[in-house]
Amino acid sequence: MTKRQFLTTRGVLMKQFLPSLALAFGLLVGAAPAHAESGPALLSSGANVSDQASLQRGAKLFFDYCVGCHSLKYMRYSRMAADIGLSEQDVMQNLNFTGARFDDPVISHMPAALAAQWFGKAPPDLSLEVSAKGADWVYTYLNSFYLDPHSPIGWNNTLLPNAAMPFPLSELQGLQTAVMKPGSQDEVEKLTLAHPGSMTPAQFQQATRDLTNFLDYVSEPAALQRHKYGIWVLLFLVVFTLLAYLLKKEYWKDVH
Amino acid sequence: MSNVFSNIGDWITERSPGLMPMYRKHLTEYYAPKNFNLWYYFGSLAFLVLINQIVTGIFLTMNYNPSAAGAFDSVQYIMRDVQWGWLIRYMHSTGASLFFVVVFLHMFRGIMYGSYKKPRELVWLLGMLIYLALMAEAFMGYVLPWGNMSFWGAKVIISLFGTIPVIGNGLVEWIMGDFLPGDATLNRFFALHVIALPLVLLLLVVLHLAALHEVGSNNPDGVEIKKGPKGNRWSPLAPADGIPFHPYYTVKDIVGVGFFLLIAAFIIFFAPTLGGWFLEHDNSIMANNLITPAEIKPVWYFTPFYAIVRMIPSFMGSAVWGVLAMFGAIAVLFLLPWFDRGKVKSIRYRGTGFKVALAVFVLAFMGLGAVGAGVTAEVIPEWFGNVNLTTWENLFGRVMTALYFGFFAFLWAYTYFGWEKTKPVPDRVTMHD
Amino acid sequence: MANEVVDPGRRRFLTAATAVVGGVGIVSAAVPFIKSWEPSARAMAAGAPVTQSLKKIELGQQLIVGWRSLPVFIVNRTPAQLAALPGQDPRLVDPKSQVDQQPKYAQNEARSIKPEWLVMIGICTHLGCVPTYVGEMKPEPFDPNWQGGYYCPCHHSRYDMAGRVYQGVPAPKNMEIPPYHYIDDMTIQIGVDPKGAA
Repeated sequence: MTKRQFLTTRGVLMKQFLPSLALAFGLLVGAAPAHAESGPALLSSGANVSDQASLQRGAKLFFDYCVGCHSLKYMRYSRMAADIGLSEQDVMQNLNFTGARFDDPVISHMPAALAAQWFGKAPPDLSLEVSAKGADWVYTYLNSFYLDPHSPIGWNNTLLPNAAMPFPLSELQGLQTAVMKPGSQDEVEKLTLAHPGSMTPAQFQQATRDLTNFLDYVSEPAALQRHKYGIWVLLFLVVFTLLAYLLKKEYWKDVH
Repeated sequence: MSNVFSNIGDWITERSPGLMPMYRKHLTEYYAPKNFNLWYYFGSLAFLVLINQIVTGIFLTMNYNPSAAGAFDSVQYIMRDVQWGWLIRYMHSTGASLFFVVVFLHMFRGIMYGSYKKPRELVWLLGMLIYLALMAEAFMGYVLPWGNMSFWGAKVIISLFGTIPVIGNGLVEWIMGDFLPGDATLNRFFALHVIALPLVLLLLVVLHLAALHEVGSNNPDGVEIKKGPKGNRWSPLAPADGIPFHPYYTVKDIVGVGFFLLIAAFIIFFAPTLGGWFLEHDNSIMANNLITPAEIKPVWYFTPFYAIVRMIPSFMGSAVWGVLAMFGAIAVLFLLPWFDRGKVKSIRYRGTGFKVALAVFVLAFMGLGAVGAGVTAEVIPEWFGNVNLTTWENLFGRVMTALYFGFFAFLWAYTYFGWEKTKPVPDRVTMHD
Repeated sequence: MANEVVDPGRRRFLTAATAVVGGVGIVSAAVPFIKSWEPSARAMAAGAPVTQSLKKIELGQQLIVGWRSLPVFIVNRTPAQLAALPGQDPRLVDPKSQVDQQPKYAQNEARSIKPEWLVMIGICTHLGCVPTYVGEMKPEPFDPNWQGGYYCPCHHSRYDMAGRVYQGVPAPKNMEIPPYHYIDDMTIQIGVDPKGAA
């Protein structure tokens, strides 16, 4: 092959394939496949499952405000305690109010049939909520409740209109009301805090962040192990690949 | 020590005289062209992924429960309660997607360097059969976790067969063994996924390799080394431009394996869902025949073909045309050796028309993938504002479909009528590093 | 071509180094697969210690509780049953409980922490059937001198009121005593040794 031909081949590679690959990759990264329902823009939850203090606060919130209706049927108390740094005593005295054993999964005491009667549908299990909807969705949802006199349960949500869920965190956040778009009956422009709750808006955002973070952990407890071992696996592979490369170089002296 | 090993070796050789000749024929005395480049890693990588899928798959079956009531829970059981179950599952799910990545690159290599041409048509056909079996294997595997996307994906894909005139509806019920995907469907897909198709795949891989080793490997120059001069430092009869596969390409492939494992491990440990591309969000919700996901779409590696189905409108009261086009899109790949009449194999010495057509073909394939994955549905309003999405998406998708099939038509005309201006092919292979 | 000098020592070293590192990788990769066979969290949860109150077990009565999917016999032995134990010694295979079928703290005549309370895994040491409790001290078809104990319906193995196996039956060993301890006077926990005992 002459130098010129070689350059032409390279040129084709450079001019045509690489840009097309780059374009495809750009499309890929730029637009992840449609995630849950489209709707208003999502707030960023900043969930970080390696923040143990946040997980502990989130767990406390979950067991104070959510477990009355929602189960985490794939999450054992014992696994949760070990992962987020709580003792058996902490969990059994402060979080587990149902009399379940330490090794049992977190099951709400609410009878499903009654719940369906009260809310129109049974409250969903939240074990995989973040996997299914994304952490940002959950965080935004928790910050989007408002008082709605037209709703049968008195509450509504801008992210999930007509959600069949009253808002248990209202004593913390306070009461939000909706400001409608001018000339509209049902299009919400923004939410305002009509009555303050026991937390400041900043504190409440942090609390919902913690709760989202906890649910993020619950949806994939293995994430903690993944991060822990992953780095060592990558380091090992770097060493192995380097050795293999030197070995290849050595053998290929025969060929060149 | 070495005495013990050689004694054991002798003992085995005496009792199985075929083993050593086989080892020599396929490894130490299989002479491969010495100018393989980056593109030649993907065959061995595909084999590595196949082994990974078999090993991790066997371990997944140990805790998986193939029933509509228990499948979804058993996957969470693997992810949470089985020690290291999460790693085994992520190796399997990531492996499935990476299998298609390496197979697509391997096939692209074959097209780029004309590896499907005489005398390697059979190698190409067997490879295409592997691809077909792999698609069936992947589809059935995707149904097993019994998430909502598994369920609706299965329903939609199986419904494709319902468009076949006369027998369609009966066929759909026969495949599902029910009126909706259910226990019967899950059980037969499980059996096919873990036993039947892996056996078929392994057999096809053996045949693919046997056919390849009969005719010898192609190379980036598309030069037949067997027709060149004889004699190298290992054998006076071997092709001068050939080197023993073992140790030279085994050590080289190990480097490729290292790089590949780095990428795979990064995904497995730090991004196992890859933002919803490898494991879809809607599959974290258990199969529910009353609630359809907001957007039903297959996993990324099926999206180009799925887009073709969507792009073809129904005609004469039947939707079969889209399905025919989809199968046609795979069928034309099978026939590639006969569409392409050109004598020059490698892109390095082929006409500009071929280079442009191949680039367009790749872009069309990716464009169809973007349509099938719903990327265009998101990007079009973002880039072009308030336009009629369906019109624009259909226009784009149909142009891409036309370009996809157009590649084969162009390639035939381009080579049949002698429009291609090729460059002179060298007598010997060339090396660049 | 091939005019670079090949150093066989370097080649051998790199081959060995790559093989060793690769071997370490393969062995490490095998560990998760081997570990995946160990009892899962679900199995461990099912095998967690079981707490049982003794209050409702009448004198001479047996209660069977599940622990790790095994039947555990809890018997409130009568003074007469206890008094008959030493007399069985000559007819037993292992009267002094030499074979390791009980924790150290239960290696005594009554094979228990408190003599009156027998806590024992009710699995025949022959082929794993669950023996029947025959508590009354009266002549039985299988033994005219019966002093209370267990009779296995599968192959007629017999045990005394401490789960010690009689001579001349198929079962080779005494029945197993699980680890257990007293949380308070009338509550035991099966699966955990007493504090300080190994």
